[in-house]
Amino acid sequence: MLIALLSDIHANREAFDACMAQARRAGAERFVFLGDLVGYGADPSYVVDQVARCENASVILGNHDEAVFGSAGGMNAVARAAIEWTRSRLDRAQIDFLRALPRTAREGDLLFVHSDASRPEDWRYVADAESAERSLRASDAHVTFCGHTHRPQLYHRAPQRSAMFFAPDGQMPTPLSRGRQWLAVAGSVGQPRDRNPAAAFCLYDMSRRELSFRRAPYDVAAAAGKIVAARLPDILSERLFLGR
Amino acid sequence: MMILRPGAIVDGFTLGPQLHTGGMATLWRVTHPDIAAPVLMKIPTLLSDPTAIVGFEMEEMILPRLVGRSAPRCYAVGDLARQPYLVMEDIGGRSLLSLIDQAPLPVETLRDIGAKTAGALADLHAQNVLHLDVKPSNVMLRETGEAALVDFGLSRHLRMPDLLAEELRVPVGTGPYISPEQLRRDRSDPRSDIFALGVLLYHLAVARRPFGQPTTLSGLRERFWRAPAPLRALQPQLPPWFQEVVLRCLEIDPAARYQSAAQLRFDLQNPNQIVLTERAERVRPASSAAILRRRVAYLRARAAGEISAAPKPPDAPIVVAAVDLGDGGENLADAVRAMTGRILETAPAARLACVAVMKTGRVFEAGAADAEGRNRHVQMMVELRAWARPLQKGARNVTIHVLEEPNVADAIVAFARESRADQIVLGARGASSLRRYLGSVSARVAATAPCAVTIVRLPQARES
Repeated sequence: MLIALLSDIHANREAFDACMAQARRAGAERFVFLGDLVGYGADPSYVVDQVARCENASVILGNHDEAVFGSAGGMNAVARAAIEWTRSRLDRAQIDFLRALPRTAREGDLLFVHSDASRPEDWRYVADAESAERSLRASDAHVTFCGHTHRPQLYHRAPQRSAMFFAPDGQMPTPLSRGRQWLAVAGSVGQPRDRNPAAAFCLYDMSRRELSFRRAPYDVAAAAGKIVAARLPDILSERLFLGR
Repeated sequence: MMILRPGAIVDGFTLGPQLHTGGMATLWRVTHPDIAAPVLMKIPTLLSDPTAIVGFEMEEMILPRLVGRSAPRCYAVGDLARQPYLVMEDIGGRSLLSLIDQAPLPVETLRDIGAKTAGALADLHAQNVLHLDVKPSNVMLRETGEAALVDFGLSRHLRMPDLLAEELRVPVGTGPYISPEQLRRDRSDPRSDIFALGVLLYHLAVARRPFGQPTTLSGLRERFWRAPAPLRALQPQLPPWFQEVVLRCLEIDPAARYQSAAQLRFDLQNPNQIVLTERAERVRPASSAAILRRRVAYLRARAAGEISAAPKPPDAPIVVAAVDLGDGGENLADAVRAMTGRILETAPAARLACVAVMKTGRVFEAGAADAEGRNRHVQMMVELRAWARPLQKGARNVTIHVLEEPNVADAIVAFARESRADQIVLGARGASSLRRYLGSVSARVAATAPCAVTIVRLPQARES
């Protein structure tokens, strides 16, 4: 079975639709949303509804989702402004949907989490081999999938060894050996920050244990235009064009 | 984990006799009701040792993804969490290890083995796989003649994580064959395999290893300054071109070696056209003063931190320019040359093979026509060389080939296939109705070539 993993959609409708379409074309039958459905982008209501309606899906809580029904106190001014605007666009049912999301989900030998798995409630980044190792040591899952950094990355760790980093190169599927643990950072659908503006997501083939990092080009100008029209901070639309 | 003995059944495979017990794995002949071909099962041992497991993980990652005859076909992979194993084609034939005792081998045999092994490496490199442990026991000669590489436990797939990276506190490889860049823990350079093939050919040619058989890290590092003795000092009957080829493979700087296995193979197929340098002329081992100088230079560079990973190999395609030297085609031949020059500018490490086809009758004509044919052949060589002269800049390797075939298009395509060309450049004559009816050479080449084809046309007068 082919699983599509989408993280950090951030209310970007155009990017979300492009990824979902590409995933379905590739044969994805199951969907895992790794948190941060909302925040930054101009279509929170659409994205929450689509995700809530998606069949055969698991959804994980992200820090921006939590800020919608909790506190946005720890966030920077731009993110906070976006959260306040987002609250005004979501109805009670949509906010309740976010409130009910779990911080992690374990399915067989796969672990889904938005950020560092060792203390999910702290929203720590997995951004280097050291933080990846901390996350990997926290579970015995064969593959951990997370997001949060907005940069697609792959880490692996053999027993009694330190974690190693691998920069995904192209869309060639990488077989994930059972001899070690793996941690895949899926990248961001709605706000990529690896200097590639195309939306990022992952496909994982359960039976072949093969992971591919995918990119879906989308209409950035349309998504950016809505952010401007919503009077959200300019930086949120500008960075979409640069992927940073 | 089950007890392995002949007759035991593992995932439907019945174990036959055990063929080999190595430090890392055992090898069994196995049978399966659905597989007619002879197959072997490789079962890793020492599963508690992480280093031993990595070799299995590497093969499990690479072998099932390789296509072609340059590696054993993989039939099944056993789950590392239950019973790890790899079932692969039994290549049969024999490994080059069986030839080591017969060294020094005649140059024709060396040329054949070298070209076949380089061809197999080119196949792997084209699939982003570096073998990184090329040595006699890992090169098999199939009964049908082709070479195939086995044992991918130390290999690297350039598009996949290097699972050995974490084991790299010491360099990984086999002492006599390991390349200088592998000693610097760089496992991403296809030219490392070319270095190891150079060691192998050297050994088979003179019955002696170019850098001995060091067992310590400092002994391994000696290859940075101790140039191998010239082959012809040990076996004077070896031709200069062979020394040129092998010493070029053994250059310390990857940029001074062949830039691709396909180009090495091409040279071994066309020994008469190899450009000889000072390498071919060396007659005695480097003086101790020269070795000392090289050693000091190495230490100085290392102290200055100048020894780091070599720049990645350049794009080094083989380009075939097919030229029609017939009457009235001068403008088109000029245009083909201009286009070829443009292509070579984008890939300075490319090599160029210039091809002209001398049409022969389908029946071989003997006697006077034969002598006339030879004259025509020589004349075409001369003309083709003159055509190519403007493209011959600097150290670029340009070769000249006049093919004698009845069918021009088929001859060009066969040459491109045989020399593993990456691109063919040829001209298309104007479109006449007769040509449309009969089919043109360029159309047939474009339709049947195994590589990219660039068709050059002269600008046509615009209809008003």
